[in-house]
Amino acid sequence: MYVAVKGGEQAILNSWRLLAEQRRGDTRAPELTLAQIRGQLGLAVDRVMAEGSLYDPELAALAIKQAQGDVIEAVFLLRAYRTTLPRLGVSLPIDTGAMRLQRRISATYKDVPGGQVLGATYDYTQRLLDFQLAAGGTVASAAVAASALPAAPRITEIMGSEGLLAAETPAADDPAPRDLTREPLEFPANRALRLQNLARGDEGFLLALGYSTQRGYANTHPFAGEIRQGTVSVEVVPEELGFAIEIGEIAVTECQMVNQFAGSATQPPQFTRGYGLVFGACERKAMAMALVDRSLRAEELGEAVTAPAQMQEFVLYHSDNVEASGFVQHLKLPHYVDFQSELELVRKLRARYAAAQPKSTDTAEAA
Amino acid sequence: MSILAQADINVLETACSPLNVLTELTCAQWQWLRSPETGLIMVRGRAGGTGVQFNLGEVPVTRCALRLQRDSHLSANGGAVGSTIGVAYVQGRNVRHAELAARLDALLQEPASCERIHTHVIEPLAAAQAARRDAAARKAAATKVEFYTLAREAQTPGNTGEEP
Repeated sequence: MYVAVKGGEQAILNSWRLLAEQRRGDTRAPELTLAQIRGQLGLAVDRVMAEGSLYDPELAALAIKQAQGDVIEAVFLLRAYRTTLPRLGVSLPIDTGAMRLQRRISATYKDVPGGQVLGATYDYTQRLLDFQLAAGGTVASAAVAASALPAAPRITEIMGSEGLLAAETPAADDPAPRDLTREPLEFPANRALRLQNLARGDEGFLLALGYSTQRGYANTHPFAGEIRQGTVSVEVVPEELGFAIEIGEIAVTECQMVNQFAGSATQPPQFTRGYGLVFGACERKAMAMALVDRSLRAEELGEAVTAPAQMQEFVLYHSDNVEASGFVQHLKLPHYVDFQSELELVRKLRARYAAAQPKSTDTAEAA
Repeated sequence: MSILAQADINVLETACSPLNVLTELTCAQWQWLRSPETGLIMVRGRAGGTGVQFNLGEVPVTRCALRLQRDSHLSANGGAVGSTIGVAYVQGRNVRHAELAARLDALLQEPASCERIHTHVIEPLAAAQAARRDAAARKAAATKVEFYTLAREAQTPGNTGEEP
């Protein structure tokens, strides 16, 4: 029996008002502007764009403000917004080899062409709280080199030239990838679908899975061959022009993990790759994505599938934090009738249980 | 088109404001072929940077197309004769940005205005963009590691691999 229940409108309206007041916080402090969020909470903005799968720093900043800094809620807001816009087309694949680098490191070669460029990183900070930031004040400007950083070849190209590393080449017809946002996920999912899923997946989930592969749940022996971060141009071929034009640029982080591979009957031993590519400066996510991409290639590389990080369905069905959050949080919705039926059932079972007990001192209550 | 698309809208407005660029922008006979529309472009990447294509995520884009009518009052049949089409695809949601870019795209195809627009709009924008990229690249370059070794041998990258 389904019973429609009405009521609570006034409570909901007042809840919205309370939320708005709490979001604003103490009115003696100035209100946050989107420019402040974009400028000073840039990594949060990047994470919301990456997992929201929409590269728009201004909207991501708005989502963060609206969600009071709850990143997953902000991702949800961005995902909801994108459904209101029509799809105008697709870009040409971005060329990360031509990236205007802001950071570029390799853990496999010290003296790599183009050098080790640290960029802006927390890696070498001491993780001591900086009370000068609490006090505020002016900041020393960044050092500026006499000459600009040249474009640098991908490290995988250097390794690839010796045949030490499995080549990454598309099929002869360079097929267009299927799109998770337009058709349901089906298994087995090819690498293109998996990479799309991981690129928009939850950082925490991928981080934990990537970590699990390092600890022995899947055996991938990874090295961070290269991590690069910077901006790339986005090119499209408009239907009315028929040739490619640049429409703008985006910041991305790319990670090439290099992993052991013993070889097979048809292939000599060589290194294989896991790949991470994420909007913005999301290095931890790019690294985790590359680890998980590699572990999900187990089947294609003839490895035994034994660990969660190698299981396509487990990974791809649980990586999306909007879906996960929705299903977990739907438990808050009224389940009064469901629960009532379960209650009836448990009472009946208890009565049956009580009746089956040997008749001594009667301790079972009749509910 | 790339320079117009990647220009900051405020800088673009400023670049258009002096001289007769603005006059030309506003006085010419314009006709929308496609009024400004904001939508999404799916950005693609390649596995490993060079492999199979995959969908990375979307980016908002505003596009429009218009026709610049040249001497339309003199041309008896009007229409396509003596007209130029300007097109813009611009990252973001700024309708004004797309409109300005499309108008400038049309004017750039006109011999009468091409040089003027180049000098007053495109070149300054390109210079500003190059300067911005150069400044960022030089700040990054300042964080490049210079390793100190006692004897620096000339080695190829293939044999300098070290354990992490």
